[in-house]
Amino acid sequence: MRAFVTVVGKDKVGIIAAICILLAEKNVNILDISQTILQDCFTMIMLVDASDSTVPFDALGESLSELGRKMELTIRIQREEIFNAMHRI
Amino acid sequence: MINQGEILQTIEMIDQQHLDVRTITMGISLRDCGHPDIKVSCDKIYDKICRCAGNLVRTGEQIEAEFGIPIVNKRISVTPISLVAECCEAEDYVPFAKALDRAAKEVGVDFLGGYSALVHKGCTVGDSRLIRSIPQALAETDLVCSSVNVGTTRAGINMNAVRRMGEIVKQTAELTRDNGSLGCAKLVVFCNAVEDNPFMAGAFHGIGEPECEINVGVSGPGVVYEALKAAKGQPLDVVAETIKRTAFRITRVGQLVAQEASSRLGVPFGVVDLSLAPTPAIGDSVADILEEMGLSSVGAPGTTAALALLNDAVKKGGVMASSNVGGLSGAFIPVSEDAGMIAAAKAGHLSIEKLEAMTCVCSVGLDMIAIPGDTSAETIAAIIADEAAIGMVNNKTTAVRIIPAVGKKVGDMVEFGGLLGSAPIMPVNTCSPAEFVMRGGRIPAPMHSLRN
Repeated sequence: MRAFVTVVGKDKVGIIAAICILLAEKNVNILDISQTILQDCFTMIMLVDASDSTVPFDALGESLSELGRKMELTIRIQREEIFNAMHRI
Repeated sequence: MINQGEILQTIEMIDQQHLDVRTITMGISLRDCGHPDIKVSCDKIYDKICRCAGNLVRTGEQIEAEFGIPIVNKRISVTPISLVAECCEAEDYVPFAKALDRAAKEVGVDFLGGYSALVHKGCTVGDSRLIRSIPQALAETDLVCSSVNVGTTRAGINMNAVRRMGEIVKQTAELTRDNGSLGCAKLVVFCNAVEDNPFMAGAFHGIGEPECEINVGVSGPGVVYEALKAAKGQPLDVVAETIKRTAFRITRVGQLVAQEASSRLGVPFGVVDLSLAPTPAIGDSVADILEEMGLSSVGAPGTTAALALLNDAVKKGGVMASSNVGGLSGAFIPVSEDAGMIAAAKAGHLSIEKLEAMTCVCSVGLDMIAIPGDTSAETIAAIIADEAAIGMVNNKTTAVRIIPAVGKKVGDMVEFGGLLGSAPIMPVNTCSPAEFVMRGGRIPAPMHSLRN
């Protein structure tokens, strides 16, 4: 199951590292990663494959948002299909 | 591959523009739950709802978590109870409403619709019993919603039922007076009611529907509003095009959620309802969209034209995004549930008469309008008759959900809370329609040639 992890917030040291560690712990594979600064806002988008995740999808989402709260960032994970539905015919 | 801009646009729609799926509604047939003994019948109803909808809420929550789209309500619609209860010997139908309420609470849904009767041509014994029980049923339950269909384009309007419903609305207001006459917010009087509507309070599972199905209602006035900001000053065909594109995106999300819910629950997908349903939250208002088109306030001359454009463009955009479109499908204009409508009504810019005109070009009718508590049953019946006439002649669904708030007068506010919002008491024309209403009988079905 492919999903996008999006991270939005104030830039600081170690954001990508922290997220990658969390994903690796849950056995989630990172397929693609892009990062930019939009209007002073750190924005990272990661395409991941969560098919072999060791935890259910909703628990994975909860761990990511918990990490986001700690780092004062908004981190979410959403299945790829919602973006395809909205933007592709 | 989806690009970064598209991903962020989706997130912005959900986060800042209130994009959500308003409801996943499971329609359940209760036609096999009739029994001469009311207790047996109620048990069968309770068991069947718990059996069919046991996983509905959990499944909805899972879909929310996986796709990151809020699903605001999970609901159930059932076969009109007058049909299920008809073979029962009891005269008091309130136990049916209580059984429905218990089942709804057990499975954890937000609302359950279908405490309903279809009486557009006349009432059976069961229909009359059900209608008589509505005030008490709504006062003694929390989640049950009721609707009565009093007219159709093919049958005309049953004015005896209209008169009766005027009284029922009053009694419901009286029995729930301690809660701002909240019972009336759970009662809809229809003309041309649809069988697969996922929205409350008018949802029921029609007799042409399968054993069980999933219908989805989308929302998204905030998204349309934001899109229109980018088209400021452009001609109206650009406005229509912008709305169409936005409606397409919103509806595709609805379709995705509907398909997921249907496959996970093992229940056929029914329809996506393309209605733009507002909420009382700031920035989630249909009135804002109309004002963004260039009206200084909703209710101004031009409101009906702007709404006609909006309603049509939403349908045109949505229809291509879903394999099956149905339900009410149009823009809703519930006064209490829309911050812009509340503001316009408070300021005196929006009258009941203008709202009535607006219902000629959109779904669904005079919705969530609070009027003075001393409004007579005949006047309420006449308001219902006017709205039913618009539906009957124009071959569309219309409805009245009106709240004669006991003890309140023009200028007061009545609070319902949650999605139902709050409403200013709006003035009603005080000339009496009593003699007209008391005539009863039927208004014959209209001509459908010589159309002018």
